[in-house]
Order: sequence, then structure tokens, then C-alpha cells
Amino acid sequence: MDEFNASKPIYLQLADRIHRQIISGELKAGEKLPSIRDMGIKYSMNPNTVQRAYSELEREGILETKRGQGTFVSERQDHLVLQRDKLKHEQIGQFVHVMQEMGYSAAEILSGLEQYLNNIEKGDE
Amino acid sequence: MSDVIRMTNVTKKYINQTVLKDISFAVPIGKIVGIVGGNGSGKSTLLRLMSGLSLPTSGSVTVNGETANRRTGKVVSYSSELGSFYPIFTVKEAMRFQASQFADFNLAKADEIMKLMQLDPHMKIKALSKGHRGRLQIVLTLAREAPYILMDEPLSGLDPMVRESIVKGMISYVDLNSQTLIMTSHEVAEIETLIDGFVALKGGSLLRMADVDELHESEGLRITDWMKKTYI
Repeated sequence: MDEFNASKPIYLQLADRIHRQIISGELKAGEKLPSIRDMGIKYSMNPNTVQRAYSELEREGILETKRGQGTFVSERQDHLVLQRDKLKHEQIGQFVHVMQEMGYSAAEILSGLEQYLNNIEKGDE
Repeated sequence: MSDVIRMTNVTKKYINQTVLKDISFAVPIGKIVGIVGGNGSGKSTLLRLMSGLSLPTSGSVTVNGETANRRTGKVVSYSSELGSFYPIFTVKEAMRFQASQFADFNLAKADEIMKLMQLDPHMKIKALSKGHRGRLQIVLTLAREAPYILMDEPLSGLDPMVRESIVKGMISYVDLNSQTLIMTSHEVAEIETLIDGFVALKGGSLLRMADVDELHESEGLRITDWMKKTYI
């Protein structure tokens, strides 16, 4: 598993990772997450940090904690669709920002991206 | 208010050498805290003062409101960097000995940690490798149900596999609802995901005490980056 060491607080990195697993379908709606301690052991991470990541995702409605049962992926799919769009928007925003900083035009970005995606598709077949 | 280790204007001198200068901070229950700094920065001395094994030249050290002294060992589980075992003991005997010394030593828990650490209970301590001694240290220290666990360089000089199993042992067996773990380290990168906060020392002075996340948010720095910036 890759390391937690980008320029963001560790609890946010863990929150992002769980979030991406939900968006990709790796974690399903209603699925139970590992306990805070087990998650900590899995990533060699302080349980307080895991707790903060879970709380952050609960605040956003992505996870929910049922008393005495544990933490689950929210059943509310509409929310997930919204989150999925939001994350897409964020990622594209970052990408476009960097490309524009380097002086690429909209047309160049678009054709470059198209070509890149086509190559990936070919590679898959 | 009282469930805390508190240092107030602590200075420690040996003859005419000042090892710690005017240190003040407090650590409550429920945290994993790293004491970081280079060699000779005073980390180990600080840990010994907190465990009551050494007394300050001036200032005060209190544990749960009481001045730290030899009796502090009842609420503090301390392990030194080198470990102090009787070499003729087996692993099992070392555990029994520890149980005889500390009322809060939980033998069942020790057995569990020993299995996780893959230690052979019948091995003689003198025959253990450095890595296995490190693991035994974890067993003997974490099996105590003391509110404060203080470990001096628990990860130093060990290979990555042993470090990982020790870190997992810490996460599994330190209960942050009722305990606090304070450890020294001169390699911050290896404890970064493990600690809530850190106390940074340089030449016996307190450079900074902060939350790891707080440092990230206020200055956009990882603790390792901050240290490079500050120490060089």
C-alpha cells in the first residue's frame, strides 16, 4: 500500500482514500468498515487519526455510525452520486490548472486527453 | 485536570552540564506523543524524569497531580533503550518476573502480545537477537495496564519488519481511552503516522510542542519537513 506522505494532514489522506474506494465501488453502500483499531493496525496509523478521518466522512454524510454496531458506508446513493460529481470536478480542476499554468490551450488539453484515453482503451483490449 | 503528566520549568543538570533547560509542557491521557530531536538533545533524560527515575534540578514534574519519584513506577510503564533483562531468564520467566514486580501486569495480555510478536516463550534472553529483544520489550511494557507508557527509542536500530510488528503491537495494545504512549525517536519519519503530537528538543531546550495535523494545517508542513527546516 502506498504511503501517507503528501502535503495534506494524514487524517484527510485516509478520508480521501476511503472516499475513493466508495466512489470506485470497492466499498459498497451499506458495507461495514473495519473498526477504528483494525483500520489503525492495517495502515500502522494512530487510532485517533482514523477516528478523525471517519468523523470527517460522517460529517459529509458519506459514512454513518450505528451505535454499538460500527461504521458503515452511507446507504444514501443520491449523496454518493453528488460526491462522485464533486470529486470529478475537483480532480479535473486540478489537472486543468496545472496544464494551463504550463501554457497549454483548451484545444491541446482536450486532444491530448482524448488521445491518452484512446491509448488506454487500446491497451486494455 | 489531574490525569496528565506535567513538566513545569524543568531544568536538569549533571555537575556543570545542563541537559534540559526550562522545559514546560503537559501530556494528557489518550495520546501517542513522540519526543523528537537529535542525539544528545535530552530526549532520554526527559523520559526518565517523567517516569520518576530521575529528579529535576529545578522545576517540577507531576504525574496525575503527584510529584514524580520512585513510586511513579506504579502508574508509568517505562522501558529504557537498551532494556534491562536478566540474561539467564527465558522469555516466559521474564514475563513472570515482570508480573511479580507490577500489580497491573496482565499475564494473559502478555501471552497474546508474545504470540503476535512471534516470540518463543522458552528462548533464553541471552540467545535473543536484537530484534527479538525489541519485541520482548514491547511485551513487557505493553502488558502493564498503566495509564502512561513511556518507551525510549523502541524502534531504533531495528529492521523494517520488526519495526512494523512493534508499531502494530502498539496500536493493538495501547488503549487510548485510558492510556497514553510517549516515545522518543530520532527518526521522525518512522513514527509520523503513529503520533498525535510531538515535543521537539534541541540542545536541551524545547523547540516546539505541536499537533501533527495542526502543523500540517498551519504551515503546510509534514513534521519531517519542519524538522529539516528547523534543525539545519
